[in-house]
Amino acid sequence: MKANYGYTDGSGDYYITIETEGCLKCTEHDCVDACPQDVFAIIEDDYDDLVAAVVEEHRRSLAYVCSECKPASDPPPLPCVEACPQNAISHSW
Amino acid sequence: MTENKQEFWRWSEYNWRDENKDWREGNIVTAGIDVGSVSSQAVICVDGELYAFNNVRTGSNSPDSARRALEGALKDTGMTRDDINFVVGTGYGRVNVPFADKAVTEIACHARGANFMAGNEVRTILDMGGQDCKAIHCDEKGKVTNFKMNDKCAAGTGRGMEVLADLLEVPVTEIGEMSFQVDEEPPPVSSTCVVFAKSESMALLKDGWPKSKVLAAYCAAMAQRVASLLESVGMQEKFFITGGIAKNRGVVERIEKILGVKAIQTKFDSQIAGALGAALFAKTLYEKRQAKGVA
Amino acid sequence: MITAGIDVGSKTIKVVILKDGRVTGRGMKAAGLEQAESATVCLRQAAAEAGIKESDIEQIVSTGAGRKAVSQANSQITEVGADAVGTVHVLPEARTVIDVGAEEGRGIKVSAEGKVVDFAVNEKCAAGAGSFAESMSRALEMTLEEFGQISLKSTRSIPMNAQCTVFAESEVVSLLHAETSKEDISRAVHDAIASRVASMVRRVGIEQKVALIGGVAYNPGFVNSLSRSLETEFVIPDDREYIGALGAALVAVERSKGNK
Repeated sequence: MKANYGYTDGSGDYYITIETEGCLKCTEHDCVDACPQDVFAIIEDDYDDLVAAVVEEHRRSLAYVCSECKPASDPPPLPCVEACPQNAISHSW
Repeated sequence: MTENKQEFWRWSEYNWRDENKDWREGNIVTAGIDVGSVSSQAVICVDGELYAFNNVRTGSNSPDSARRALEGALKDTGMTRDDINFVVGTGYGRVNVPFADKAVTEIACHARGANFMAGNEVRTILDMGGQDCKAIHCDEKGKVTNFKMNDKCAAGTGRGMEVLADLLEVPVTEIGEMSFQVDEEPPPVSSTCVVFAKSESMALLKDGWPKSKVLAAYCAAMAQRVASLLESVGMQEKFFITGGIAKNRGVVERIEKILGVKAIQTKFDSQIAGALGAALFAKTLYEKRQAKGVA
Repeated sequence: MITAGIDVGSKTIKVVILKDGRVTGRGMKAAGLEQAESATVCLRQAAAEAGIKESDIEQIVSTGAGRKAVSQANSQITEVGADAVGTVHVLPEARTVIDVGAEEGRGIKVSAEGKVVDFAVNEKCAAGAGSFAESMSRALEMTLEEFGQISLKSTRSIPMNAQCTVFAESEVVSLLHAETSKEDISRAVHDAIASRVASMVRRVGIEQKVALIGGVAYNPGFVNSLSRSLETEFVIPDDREYIGALGAALVAVERSKGNK
């Protein structure tokens, strides 16, 4: 499943996409610790699979929560994207 | 708010029951309760077939709304809550359904419900509720393959439409009709944000635009926004629309026009898709639990 | 040399007239629905204050969201560019500029010469700017002035869950029903805007000194919340809402010289 967490508002699109097929092959779940803002958690989804998800608390404020990792100029690679061995995490903005 | 002020955004409450069916002849009775921000639905299924449903307005208390929805569905059936084998709660208040055996997200429930109502060829589902908008792509089993859910921003939600209904003093149920009473389609309202779109609409009214034209511009903007959300999850036929917005022609027909795709019509009230999906999930979960118990 | 800067904001229009480097006239007017007309009235008002005829103005530069609506302008400059020039002119030590208006917020990193080094903006969503507080004050049936003031009397911090102005209105009403004090609600509202503004400013990096400009800088509730969120001191210049217009008038001087 392509799980897109986030939102679109007047200022833009802010989604974190998690390809959960990747999560099924993953045992490390390094994304959880890699994120300095604790955006990720491992959950049991509706189909009883253990997958990464963006925690409820941050889904409506990603533009602000993720801003620390996204300086306006020369942004370095994102820690969550780097940490995922399956390349399953991406940001829309 | 003054006493006599008409509220232009209210939907009405109602219920339905399959009079030709006797639930006592069935084996598994399950229920799904969808507690949404504006309305709550309860669906009762007997052996995976729709038996009864009820639609109520959500009050300030989620457990209470869930209870009222279910009681409405049970009305005149002779069934009590104890006769139900498994209950699944869904919707934004899903964790607050006191008698639910399990909570399932509304994304999964809508896909499952749509698969039942509109058949297994459904691939893309749009659900626009009071406070959110969901675009879902699913497989032939009704399992979600891609989704986006926006519940942060009021634009593109029922609430966004209600703000305009209140501004124009047009009942929300008449918006769709009225938005087509224009000589030609105006350009869509340019602001996405509801606060700014409201100011923009006020300016258009002041410019002498009739209400119908403002509505057309507003519905067109909403349709554009929703269409791009659908395209981003991989818009594919067949296409099904659920939630309150399905009743608003003004938005639905404009979405169809942008996408070049007609949404499928069914005999069911599409507003119950979430609760129906929950009741179907309940059956699967109950059977799983029974199988485990036996083993 | 006489120049003018016109800042056509979403809510108000500001005009600054400069004569030989000194501000001699100013004007302010609600933008309303007819921006061009309001800008003309506002310019006339500023010219009268300066004691000059409009035809005496050598060069006019417009800025702001509605800058293209000003037919009198010889040229235009972005809000970010005008803010940078205007701020460094009044506060030469400023290196970070935070501009919060009715409908948008900006964080700008500037050089000693008033050049933009980096910037981040938050626009087209009412939640990140002054509109958010204004809508909430209306939901509580208070004036924006009162609403900003009472925030200072709050005794505790409570979170606001809604990220959207429309949804936040309902949340504020529920908070009232739950007997939360208006003071605490006001603080929650201002904290919410401040944290959005602060996270945007951090994207450009905070370098001392920090200046806060724009009309929302008059709101004591917001200023208080922002100082908590940013965890740093900032300076608020006098005439904070005219800085963009001043910047445009200064740019007009440069452009006028360049033409000769």
